[in-house]
Amino acid sequence: MAGNKVKRLIQGNEACAEGALYAGCRFFGGYPITPSTEIAEILSVRLPRVGGKFIQMEDEIASIAAITGASLAGLKSLTATSGPGFSLKQEGIGYACLAEVPCVIVNVMRGGPSTGYPTGPSQSDVMQAKWGTHGDHPVVALVPSTVPEILSETVRAFNLAEEYRTPVFILYDEIVGHMREAVTLPEPGELEIIDRAKPTCAPEEYHPYDTNYDVPPLAAYGEGYRFHITGLNHREDGFPTNDSALIEEGIKRIIDKIEKNKDKILKNEEYLVDGADIVVFAFGSSARSARFAVNKAREKGIKAGLLKPLTLWPFPEETVRKAAKGAKAIIVPEMNLGQIIYEVERCAKGVEVAGINRVDGEPINPAQILEAIEKFS
Amino acid sequence: MSQRYELRFSGSGGQGMILAGIIMAEAACIYDEKNAVQSQSYGPESRGGASKAEVVISDGPIDYPKATAIDCMLALTQEACSKYFKDIKDGGILLVDSDEVKELPEGNFTLYSFPIIDTARKELGRTITANIISLGMITELTGVVTHAAMEEAVYARVPKPFLDMNKKALQLGFEKARELKEKKG
Repeated sequence: MAGNKVKRLIQGNEACAEGALYAGCRFFGGYPITPSTEIAEILSVRLPRVGGKFIQMEDEIASIAAITGASLAGLKSLTATSGPGFSLKQEGIGYACLAEVPCVIVNVMRGGPSTGYPTGPSQSDVMQAKWGTHGDHPVVALVPSTVPEILSETVRAFNLAEEYRTPVFILYDEIVGHMREAVTLPEPGELEIIDRAKPTCAPEEYHPYDTNYDVPPLAAYGEGYRFHITGLNHREDGFPTNDSALIEEGIKRIIDKIEKNKDKILKNEEYLVDGADIVVFAFGSSARSARFAVNKAREKGIKAGLLKPLTLWPFPEETVRKAAKGAKAIIVPEMNLGQIIYEVERCAKGVEVAGINRVDGEPINPAQILEAIEKFS
Repeated sequence: MSQRYELRFSGSGGQGMILAGIIMAEAACIYDEKNAVQSQSYGPESRGGASKAEVVISDGPIDYPKATAIDCMLALTQEACSKYFKDIKDGGILLVDSDEVKELPEGNFTLYSFPIIDTARKELGRTITANIISLGMITELTGVVTHAAMEEAVYARVPKPFLDMNKKALQLGFEKARELKEKKG
């Protein structure tokens, strides 16, 4: 152990709460739901100790509204839920996208649709994260697959939310959420923390959607800046507009602020991908099964590799394109009936792409992946 | 690739199987400086129903967190035993409660049967200590973590007023497993 750092065995959801506190989260508004409940449980104890606020709201819709409001008042804000709650939050998520309100939404994925299988793992909300709320909107979604990654990706989620003034999703399945692994908690200053840009102009000159910026500075309510926020398409000053030029400009800017900065937002892990004949594209706990299978395949002399995205949205198009070049096949295991596979296919034209799917509440077994690798080798 | 050692703790919800898994993982990764991952599966009920916790221990990185070929399994109920024993690997170990598990599964593994819950009741007055006795037995039977690491892990997890009772439970586990091993020869 280095220095006085403490190594602890903690649960994925606990790592999420630790990451949020480390990132400076000071508001949680949520409605507990399996398998995400531990995040709320831990923050209900810890947030008040650091001067933060915890509110158990009456439902998920109120929760997303609460964190949007808290964020506009200047606090880094979080809510955590699972599929059914994620469905309910969609309207509020769209509002936060258009109003450009930084916030973090955790979805610990369980089986669906509807109430589904509360205690079973799933990866079936990944497309909902992309298109769950209506309209063209920016989406940033992070997909950790280990307990230490949940901590660091939660910190990164807050940083991205603050830097780009937008909601950021953290999606992981029940297995990773409830699994325990050793984590060495980072010391203050060890990980970068980003805070939103605040206006430096006089309050009367402030425009919350100033088009001179890709990401306009955001004032906090209560600090002397009076400004208007709406879910309608708006002008620079935040008031609604019917001007078609302004409408298009506004929507394009919220999309572009993510698109233009993709290089800084994307994060992937490549394991033996260079020169691989068979590439497995997997995230969350499926990536853990995939790595096991890749190692087994290598023992058998098969050139297999794993491409594991940590940012799923925006989609790592270029990385997939590159990995597909020279590969015989790409295998996409996911605990759903085929969602991310279409994104992979779109980027890996001319290469065979095969899915491994499971919706029985059991993880994708390494043996299933190994079988597919052997089939294509 | 480094060797994985897989353990499964199974019983009924409320018997402390998940806590047993956590303590085993802590013994390995905090006190023995190995890597460990603990996972679990459970039903919607907090008491009753088959419950299991799994621990994978390795010197190297651990990818797949669930059991693939179990080195050692504990079963405190018949339901859990029948449901979960199939994944025990050839040459593995199965430890069952002899009063609860009457239909003993057959397989190419070493079976140890012992009245764990009854011992907890008679010797310590609390059936809830059966999970700690089990941890002592598994440590002795498998050697996957050191006795010292297991002691530290148990002592760190147990609330102070119950420390003595759990210390006794763990030592009882070490001792009873040693006797079982000697009997098997």
